[in-house]
Amino acid sequence: MRVTITVNGTTSQADVEPRTLLVDYLRDNLELTGTNIGCDTSQCGACTVHLDGRPVKSCTILAVQADDSTVTTIEGLSGNGQLHPMQEAFREKHGLQCGFCTSGMIMAAVKLVEDGGDLSDRGIRERLEGNLCRCTGYENIVRSIRHYAGEVESHAPLEGDEAMAHHRTLQEAEELAARRQS
Amino acid sequence: MAVVRSPFAHARITSIDSTEAAGMPGVIGVYTGQQMRDAGFGGIPCAWVVPDSDTKTPDHPPIAVDTVRYVGDAVAMVVAKTETQARDAAYAVDVDYDVLDAVIDGHAATMDGEPQLHDDVENNVCFHWIVAGGDIDAAFAAADVVVTDTIINQRLIPTAMETRAALARWDVAMEELTLWVTSQNPHIVRFLLSLDTGIPEHKIRVIAPDVGGGFGSKLPHYPEDSMVIFASQQTGLPVKWNESRTENFQATSHGRDHRQEVEMAATSEGKILGLRAKVWANLGAYLSTASTGVPTILHGLMLSGAYTLPAVHEDVYGVFTNTTPVDAYRGAGRPEATLMVERMMDLVAHEIGMDPAEIRRKNLIPPFTEGHEVITGLVYDSGNYEPALDQALEMIDYPALRKQQQAQLREQGRYIGIGVVTYTEICGLGPSEVAGAVGFGGGLWESAIVRFHPSGKVNVMVGVNPHGQGEETTFAQIVADQLGLPVGDVVIVYGDTDRTPMGWGTYGSRTTPVASGAIMGAITKIKDKGVKIAAHLLEASTEDIEFADGKFSVKGSRDQSMTIQDIALAANTAWDMPEGVEPGLEASAFFNPSNFVYPFGTHIAVVEVDPETGEIELQRYAAVDDCGPIINPMIVEGQIHGGIVQGVAQALWEGAAYDEDGNLVTGSLMDYAIPKADFFPPFELGKTETPTPVNPLGVKGVGETGTIGSTPTVYNAVIDALLPLGVKKVDMPMTPERVWRAIRDAEGGH
Ligand code: FES
Ligand code: FES
Repeated sequence: MRVTITVNGTTSQADVEPRTLLVDYLRDNLELTGTNIGCDTSQCGACTVHLDGRPVKSCTILAVQADDSTVTTIEGLSGNGQLHPMQEAFREKHGLQCGFCTSGMIMAAVKLVEDGGDLSDRGIRERLEGNLCRCTGYENIVRSIRHYAGEVESHAPLEGDEAMAHHRTLQEAEELAARRQS
Repeated sequence: MAVVRSPFAHARITSIDSTEAAGMPGVIGVYTGQQMRDAGFGGIPCAWVVPDSDTKTPDHPPIAVDTVRYVGDAVAMVVAKTETQARDAAYAVDVDYDVLDAVIDGHAATMDGEPQLHDDVENNVCFHWIVAGGDIDAAFAAADVVVTDTIINQRLIPTAMETRAALARWDVAMEELTLWVTSQNPHIVRFLLSLDTGIPEHKIRVIAPDVGGGFGSKLPHYPEDSMVIFASQQTGLPVKWNESRTENFQATSHGRDHRQEVEMAATSEGKILGLRAKVWANLGAYLSTASTGVPTILHGLMLSGAYTLPAVHEDVYGVFTNTTPVDAYRGAGRPEATLMVERMMDLVAHEIGMDPAEIRRKNLIPPFTEGHEVITGLVYDSGNYEPALDQALEMIDYPALRKQQQAQLREQGRYIGIGVVTYTEICGLGPSEVAGAVGFGGGLWESAIVRFHPSGKVNVMVGVNPHGQGEETTFAQIVADQLGLPVGDVVIVYGDTDRTPMGWGTYGSRTTPVASGAIMGAITKIKDKGVKIAAHLLEASTEDIEFADGKFSVKGSRDQSMTIQDIALAANTAWDMPEGVEPGLEASAFFNPSNFVYPFGTHIAVVEVDPETGEIELQRYAAVDDCGPIINPMIVEGQIHGGIVQGVAQALWEGAAYDEDGNLVTGSLMDYAIPKADFFPPFELGKTETPTPVNPLGVKGVGETGTIGSTPTVYNAVIDALLPLGVKKVDMPMTPERVWRAIRDAEGGH
């Protein structure tokens, strides 16, 4: 079947088998291998991309379902030879170890922040439930996302009462950051 | 390439009909185990055969020849133009089986009358290994209290987020092989491949770049490595295999899987006197690369833990079953030892009414800096355990937590549990002489080449193979720091046997402690050579040259100096070298450590159990780990975070389950519960820094400490919460259902 998909700003057409998954189309047809495949049951989120502005697991979508759609992959997130600030945040806060989950994490994280909502440690953890990471223990991923969102400034690990207060609000986080700087 | 895998745990292959598959679109060839054998491909070798243990090493053909021994065992392979075509055709290969009875449990498999996996392995017992020290009978005779338990240290599935892959390109004219493979140790894979494929080692290049996590599961040399090589030789084409997640669950090595029957003897004052155990270690269907070393050397020798233990006796039986082969998984043997010891410590404490933190303090080995021999025969390198315990207790405000929170909340019907564990572990593998003595088929040293380019930029080639641990950064920091370079001027090269010197790979938390020794050796040679060149060019004697902050200067006159970049240019152009000094600024060094390293620490967990539902909430987790002087705090923290999560997961969520026919019930990420972000609070980390005398930087490993410490910590915390309800034991993973049943059974027993 013929599909027309705009990926990272470039529109291309291809003949695909009806069963071709979007992730396979991206990786095999377009050679955009930044999007990873970590499972065959739609659990891991390594394949997360943006489809018409929404985060989706590209292994759960057929290429034909993405016909006439716009897709952004990790390759399309950065531009002008610069990393996207979320990528920078992951680098800054050590949000990746082996890096296999990372492109999916970053694509999910960008939308998670964009969509607003609870950006506390707990809030981010709850909303990251579609993405698995086996290396980092998630803590530095959460820290990276909060760093991007302007929620944490210093690298110092959460300690004492801070660690106890999982449900910290944005305002509280700002106060905390101010306290740290002083 | 796609693999046809056995759907049965134990069966004879009566026929393989590939006619239909061979005719399918894109199919280039269908191959069997017999064809590989006829072409001279041998069985997959086991690289660790424990001495004095009568270990049997039955043949492990890369593709089963007449018998399959676990669900997922390879039966045939299909090579096609695309992966999809190969997979489609693999379904069409028609295999007839004569199904045999299977045995899954490592203890049951040793009983008379159970199915036998290998002809020459009686009762499926691969080996019987013993560790003994002190007078164990006297210890138990003198005991005021003896506690016993049967611990199931369940099977885990490593589940690196990247599955395995292998791509072979056989160059028929040069008779040379290039293999791209997801490996933690490309040099070991090359060595083993030379043994089972018959291709000489110097004609094999193994490339393993940017591997997506391993946790031990990418340590072995796997059948698929040989399969793609054979297929490339047969077809004259590069042949690639990508593992699906389903295959990863079935065909990539598993971890743990012990049944442990344990007794501990102690005095009524809480001094431990002896530990006696029998362990059945399930090895799976075949021996994987390091599998016999894990439940013996890496487990049995660690039974003294962080404590003064006067006597020990453990029998370990390694047992074949119709399950996926078992090998190293993060911690590898040490979690099985630590959980055993820490569980027994809590049972003794409970029996005599002593606080779990106090019984540990009472038995801790006193501080030592130059080696301390424990009853199993190991000599620990350095340790100072009590400050870590104190720090962790303080971080969590232990007395307040125990007295106020826990006691008060219990009155309100809330069940808070606190788990305290002091551990030490053996890593930084290790002295090569010891490797040889304990049956490891290789060395455990490392090497490094530090190479200055004319422009003063540096490459460092290492034989270890980081795959997420971050040594590319750690090593660059070491080199930059020692040579006074901007860290960005140093790039670490790894992951390619043609570009790097020999090394034994990344596992056993050995990469920084061992390879940094080699890097430091090379740095010393670079500095020495730099001094000679600088002395010559500055017209001073070598004794008058000092090196600091990247500059070689004449003592007492700092303006008479050359930067290391100047020296690199001078050495690389070699226009004016001192007599007898070779051109170039490059040095190679080898480092064979004199001992293992033994990081240690204290972990404390606070959990709340809901007695109505059995649900467990992990509320706080404090870890004080000592891995020696820290080079990069962020990386060390990251290793501890990841380690804690995997260890807590063993206590609470993860466990491989087979049905009685040997089907892996937890065969996908839908059924096997690897943890998500919201399962955890942020961790509270502390540290102490006790250097080891074993390597130049005094560093210990940190890759596995989190995992080793956290399983027993959380386990003990949950039992601590349940004690008032009369529950002393819940098998892992401690799922809500198991907890709820344990509470109900305990109530029924009142
Ligand atoms: S590949 Fe795992 S969710 Fe898509
Ligand atoms: S960084 Fe390895 S899986 Fe997330």
